[in-house]
Amino acid sequence: MLIKKGAEASLYLEEWHGRKAVLKKRVPKKYRTPELDKEIQTKRTKHEPQIMHRAKEAGVPTPIVFLVDLEEATIVMEFIEGKQVKHVLNGLPQDERGRLCQHIGELVGKLHSHGIVHGDLTTSNMILTPTGEVVFIDFGLSDQTRELEARGVDLHLMKRAIASTHFMHADECFEAVMAGYEKTVGKNATDEVLEKIAEIERRGRYISER
Amino acid sequence: MCLPLIVGFVAKSYCLGIESTADDFGAGVVSLEGEILANANDTYFPEQGGIHPREAARHHANVAGKVIAEALKKAKISFNELAMIAFSQGPGLGPCLRTGATAARALASYLKLPLVGVNHCVAHIEIGKLTTGARDPVTLYVSGGNTIVSAYEANRYRVFGETLDIAVGNCLDVFVREAGLKAEGGKAPGRIVEELAAKGKKFTLLPYTVKGMDLSFSGLLTAAISLLREKKFGLEDVCFSFQETAFSMLTEVTERALAHTEKSEVLLTGGVAANKRLQSMLRTMAEEHDAKFSAVPREYSADNGAMIAWTGILSFKHGFSVPVEKSFVKLKWRLDNVEVPWVEKPAC
Repeated sequence: MLIKKGAEASLYLEEWHGRKAVLKKRVPKKYRTPELDKEIQTKRTKHEPQIMHRAKEAGVPTPIVFLVDLEEATIVMEFIEGKQVKHVLNGLPQDERGRLCQHIGELVGKLHSHGIVHGDLTTSNMILTPTGEVVFIDFGLSDQTRELEARGVDLHLMKRAIASTHFMHADECFEAVMAGYEKTVGKNATDEVLEKIAEIERRGRYISER
Repeated sequence: MCLPLIVGFVAKSYCLGIESTADDFGAGVVSLEGEILANANDTYFPEQGGIHPREAARHHANVAGKVIAEALKKAKISFNELAMIAFSQGPGLGPCLRTGATAARALASYLKLPLVGVNHCVAHIEIGKLTTGARDPVTLYVSGGNTIVSAYEANRYRVFGETLDIAVGNCLDVFVREAGLKAEGGKAPGRIVEELAAKGKKFTLLPYTVKGMDLSFSGLLTAAISLLREKKFGLEDVCFSFQETAFSMLTEVTERALAHTEKSEVLLTGGVAANKRLQSMLRTMAEEHDAKFSAVPREYSADNGAMIAWTGILSFKHGFSVPVEKSFVKLKWRLDNVEVPWVEKPAC
């Protein structure tokens, strides 16, 4: 059963040996020239489960991967019960919202301190489970790197995603994320990445501070 | 809010819009109901290299009178019939913006008309909506200076994705110059790449840089230029690979924004919107998501005065105007800093 037609792939709800599972199929993009499309699909299908596993080693919950099929550009993985943070965040009372954002920040900190950048840190890609756990999904654009630049871009994207989707609470949410981040990575690494984010913003074409 | 449209015996029912953010000086006349009556333009062509802001501004100052007169003549109206003067207040190149602003201020003062400052990026979106009938689209705005994926949420056009370094149009322009290709007869550099790419067959991989909904083109540009210098591939194949890679990146981020916002329309606007290959890629993508695709007509894709006039009207009907003494240009005025109340509450 098709549960979500995303930009990158279609998600189907399936059964996998008695368990509820998600089949993620990267669909060929008709708009892309076939050689480029094949390259991007294979690379991302191969890469994604590897990084999901590394994220677990860092202590960040991700779905369990059951099967990978490179030819079909398909990944079968655990179905996570819960709601996308995107749909939950705006409706939460302020203190809970702060706690959730701080928790997300801690998880991002764990990824970064283990040399992983997610590459698409939007609140659509985080699932809040009924037990209050946050599970990160969609590692299709992730990368293994310890470069400050990559960490800066990762958090810059998160800041932007919050600003466009949760604009009523944007500053408050991002501050809480960074407070959580600091708890995991420490003050020096946080200040360093905040400075980097500011630098990335200054590179943009049109910003007030330049 | 309705404004009196009749003053004395002359119906004041048109807006003159002046555009001068970069290499184009444009003047457009639009009626208060949104009928475009004229869209005159004169483009500055640098003898070599890219746009020199001072030289471009000098060009604009030289042609301003001629272009504005031409717009009024085409529209078959006189200055007495104007209700307001709109000008692009930013973002853009300082000297160019100031030249257009000076012309607009002079006219507004002399004719005792309200002056309306317009955000150039908002104008590209609004002219796209006016000319295609798109209502609430995810907009890909691509030009020499901008690469932005945006959509309306709560009184603003929110920026979902944008370039982290150079604009895609800038990337195309520099590539064309580095390839030693000459733009003949005022042909846009993007058009040259488009025509050569259409003859290319062999695809070769180039850096494909998508970061969430943001993009980066500088690595692609450097790699494409090196590829050209290696001479292992023909010019047509390099153009083909270069264009396919750049436009696939654009289409992918637009698709991401479409999935994220769950909207049902895609609008392509800005100078690069004239490219047929980019249009076809976005159309294919939109169809897969059951979304309606539209591209701004070629005439209104590049910078133009009509888009400024129309956005000026929308703003003015919601009470926006600026006193001459406060009408400073804003070189780095972001799209998402502008309130656009007319989107949800159209004035009469």
